[in-house]
Amino acid sequence: MRTDRIDDIWGSRAPHGPGSPWPARVDQYLVDGVAESDVDRWVRGACLLCSNGCGLEVAVSGGRMVGVRGVASDRVNHGRLGPKGLYGWLGQQRDRLTTPLVRRDGRLVPTDWETAMSLVVERSRTLLETRGPLGLGFFTSGQLMLEEYYALAMIAKGGIGTPHLDGNTRWCTATAATALSETFGSDGQPGSYTDVDDCDALFLYGHNVAETQTVLWSRMLDRLDGPNPPRLVCVDPRRTKVAERATVHLAVANGTNLALMNALVREVITRGYVDRAYVEAHTVGFDDLMETTADATPEWAGEVCGVEPDDIRRAAEIFGTSERVVSTCSMGVYQSHQATAAACAVNNLHLLRGMLGRPGAGILQMNGQPTAQNNRETGCSTALPGFRNWASARHVDELATLWNVDPATIPHWSAPTHGMQLFRYAEQGSIGFLWISATNPAVSMPDLARVRKILAGDQCFVVVSDAYLTETAALADVVLPAALWAEKTGTFTNVDRTVHLQDKAVDPPGDARSDLEIFLDYARRLGLHGRDGGPLPPFATPEDAFAAWKRASEGRPCDYSGLDYERLRAEGGTQWPCTAGAPDGTERLYASGVFPTDLASCQTYGHDLATGAPLDETAYRALAPEGRAVLKAVPFDAPYEEPDEQYPFRLTTGRTAFQFHTRTKTARSGPLDAAAPSMWFELAEPDALRLGVEEGDVVRVTSRRGAVEAPARVAALRQGVVFAPWHYGDHAANELTLTAWDPVSKQPEYKVAAVTVERVAAGSGPAPAPLGTASAPVRPLDGAQTGRE
Amino acid sequence: MYLTDYLELLRRAETLLAAGYRTVSEGHPADADVHFATAGHADRCERHAGDIAHVLDRLPPAGDGPPDRFDVVGLGPARSGPAGLLRDLLDLYQLACLVDLTRTAVLQAGLAKRDAELVEVARAHASDTAAQLAWLTMTVKATASQTLLVA
Repeated sequence: MRTDRIDDIWGSRAPHGPGSPWPARVDQYLVDGVAESDVDRWVRGACLLCSNGCGLEVAVSGGRMVGVRGVASDRVNHGRLGPKGLYGWLGQQRDRLTTPLVRRDGRLVPTDWETAMSLVVERSRTLLETRGPLGLGFFTSGQLMLEEYYALAMIAKGGIGTPHLDGNTRWCTATAATALSETFGSDGQPGSYTDVDDCDALFLYGHNVAETQTVLWSRMLDRLDGPNPPRLVCVDPRRTKVAERATVHLAVANGTNLALMNALVREVITRGYVDRAYVEAHTVGFDDLMETTADATPEWAGEVCGVEPDDIRRAAEIFGTSERVVSTCSMGVYQSHQATAAACAVNNLHLLRGMLGRPGAGILQMNGQPTAQNNRETGCSTALPGFRNWASARHVDELATLWNVDPATIPHWSAPTHGMQLFRYAEQGSIGFLWISATNPAVSMPDLARVRKILAGDQCFVVVSDAYLTETAALADVVLPAALWAEKTGTFTNVDRTVHLQDKAVDPPGDARSDLEIFLDYARRLGLHGRDGGPLPPFATPEDAFAAWKRASEGRPCDYSGLDYERLRAEGGTQWPCTAGAPDGTERLYASGVFPTDLASCQTYGHDLATGAPLDETAYRALAPEGRAVLKAVPFDAPYEEPDEQYPFRLTTGRTAFQFHTRTKTARSGPLDAAAPSMWFELAEPDALRLGVEEGDVVRVTSRRGAVEAPARVAALRQGVVFAPWHYGDHAANELTLTAWDPVSKQPEYKVAAVTVERVAAGSGPAPAPLGTASAPVRPLDGAQTGRE
Repeated sequence: MYLTDYLELLRRAETLLAAGYRTVSEGHPADADVHFATAGHADRCERHAGDIAHVLDRLPPAGDGPPDRFDVVGLGPARSGPAGLLRDLLDLYQLACLVDLTRTAVLQAGLAKRDAELVEVARAHASDTAAQLAWLTMTVKATASQTLLVA
């Protein structure tokens, strides 16, 4: 039977109890008219359309991709694929850039690689000579290959010597990285997806996993429908599919996470759920944590968050009385004003109960994009490669030796520039050259009117390498056509540290090239070299780049030294650290209760979670964690912008199961786009009644930054909250969001903006929102099912 | 005795620091981190000034009056551009340091005087000012190279 993941997003159930393995189910899709017998070869790899990283094989026939199927033996998905995994690749078949473009007389016109790259290099050279390295900036993605990130990190930080290198991972997973490194000393996911198979409680904080990682939700559903199911606590202002299955649903007002988290920590402490021996042996900071959270009573937090105090108590009781808890955090936590503090509170809860490093007890600080982890690991963001500490002279020296460059070249006089600041420098023109790879900030950044001015202005020369003429590429001075997934070879790592190799299955269209080829061409043309005069980067192929990365990662928490392409082809997904001592990879970190917080290992000396100010080495020595985890907390503070008389609603933005990011790929996949074709807003029923808005009516949502009109879905979400999917560039939710960010992770605030809502016209039918997801209507449409449980 | 004079100096310095943070917040709206963080710092400084005023209410009036040139001066209007912002941050740092050390002086007197309320207030405020100084240092370090070399 043909798999359908549009009407049946999560597929059939395979219920099982704790401790038994998750049964396999292979999902497959071949385009119409192609049978299995027509497939020339199946090329192994993994899906690149969310952070789950499901193992799959690409069907190739006549030199073209014709389908995909899941790999039953893969540890991540046991053969399953979600809607985007099955159908997303179809979007690679249309509207591709096949030749470089350059702007002439205000218009982008086709050209050849020689002309385009000469222009890119000439502009770079001129700026290097006149302003030095600080005039150049690079902004990437969560969708390149590990090898490509590592090459660019080497080019920018080791060759050019600019601190201006970050990615759109700043918008999605920066908080995961900072929360993990603040608490445990280093980035790196403690838990494993297999913990879902064993747990007796699941806590999902701001994580609509049913839509953002559909296969992971299938895994959870198979536990929820099996014997001895885990109790489920969901924190989300919307009644998502997760919320519908929850034992306790805490529908907090967006922007109040930390009040709830501090109350949960307080409850766990005051009700005696703390594992005193674990805390004593493996943590520092307990007294401060207790003091900071002392006033966060359930009554106080209930008032702030708009939930029942008894529900907070019930959630704490579930956490305190369960033996094996899995907690996940996602954008609802990360894209907010106290993001790092709230995510650290999740870590705190697990440390207080010693709930780490054993089957069923784990933390998954989720990533959003499929290769965000690699961006962070390789130093293509504000970290140095291998989770090295930019403030440690020893770490900088190590890196300089690896790269054979002068340590002074590697920017380490201050924290490397985060993405929001990078665009501010481009706005001011002090960054006069900005290269954007595989991302679309003209739709994904907050306050888009401002972003468009930055990209379109003359103050900064903008290069975009992408597969499509995106909203961002359309504003660029030079556009370089890039190869996509399965059109090139490379590795990537998912949320639970599973590394997959995707082999090239087909050729890219026209003159498109892999980002690795493009970056290496740029480096060669610029004449970047090491101290021995050899080329920098000193590799030319993906496999050689991977070998170089293995050396850079050796001895660090993300140790890849035991991996190679041959093994990844034969064995499939493998979790790092993978070393000579752990040749099969490592399922869970911190099983021994020893954390990389010693001075020689740590990725950071930590920050003041309230202001983002860094601790220096002296302060860190005084804290002396020395292998123990750090319990950190700060009091709750109000969001940057709250509803008022003029703008009385709380806007939050989010995702739907059928689209990915700014839809560059998924809008070009027929099945996916038909399932969620255009913009809508979600209103709570009492608000809709008061505003005279019926299902499908067109509403105008206005903030201090802009206004967007779209049909309204009368949905099940918290009163006073407006939900907007952020995927749609033609009616972009980010016209409304504000420029502000968490002080530690610098991740932008996408989850709270004050808006007003008005009805502007009658609708011509129901809103174009999916029916089988969190966006389902609160009442039946014309007698049909709501899709709700 | 000059405790009242110095406590009044501290109150006034906190008030001027709050006003300075507000000036910088409103003067640099496009630098979002500065805009929002300085607004938060201003709120705290105003709370500090209120707490100090409460302590002042029960202290005896000042004696012979403070020495010459005792008063503190606040920030002028916000400067423009990245170089102007950097200079504004230096002004804020200077004023925050004055607050910090003045409070240290007042705390010493409070300890010697065994004035529990004064000691509690001074100690509670000290961590806020330390956090502000650390934030100012971080922000200056983060932007200095770009401002001095490229902007």
